[in-house]
Amino acid sequence: MSERLQTLLEDAFPGARDVEVVDRTGGGDHFHVTVVSTRFAGLSLLDQHRLVYDALAEPLADGTIHELRITTRGDA
Amino acid sequence: MSDLSARIQQTIDTEPVVAFIKGTHEQCMCGNSERALHALRSVGASFTAVDVLPDPAIRQELTVISSWPTIPQVFVGGELIGGADIVQELAATGELEAKLNEKLGDSWRNGGEERTVDVTDRANPLRLVP
Repeated sequence: MSERLQTLLEDAFPGARDVEVVDRTGGGDHFHVTVVSTRFAGLSLLDQHRLVYDALAEPLADGTIHELRITTRGDA
Repeated sequence: MSDLSARIQQTIDTEPVVAFIKGTHEQCMCGNSERALHALRSVGASFTAVDVLPDPAIRQELTVISSWPTIPQVFVGGELIGGADIVQELAATGELEAKLNEKLGDSWRNGGEERTVDVTDRANPLRLVP
């Protein structure tokens, strides 16, 4: 399941310096994702997280992701 | 707009700091909700909690209003601030206090008072959860 999220995020943030997906519990439904991308430059944290939610809309909607932690950084 | 949606919107509009969480301020049922409340407490903010668990429609209507897919959701002065990760990060950098000051003046500490209200009660909107 981590691979699916990894692919979705890499597709949504092409050229991102870092995309990391951690399965926090090993159960395939509690994730911590980290994305470092120039796309976040100048955006509020709220808008940065919205971009991540957009990328993961499908696994969020179908219940795959029970809990999601997000860390975003601009690629400064 | 449904009655429930109207009551959720009213809560967002009238409560200075409101956190939509799983559980209550006294009995939090989710780690992320707990992290959001902990961040608010760390700066000494007074807040009103809304438990989304009693009725799935609360979360559905809230998400329509906020366009934010997950719980918790923290609003200050009617504006969505973010979920647990953002509120925690803002608290750590001092930006949460700055946002509270900007939106609410100096009234937001209010002795760190905490309460949970029930938005599902038609007859008595914003009834306190005992």
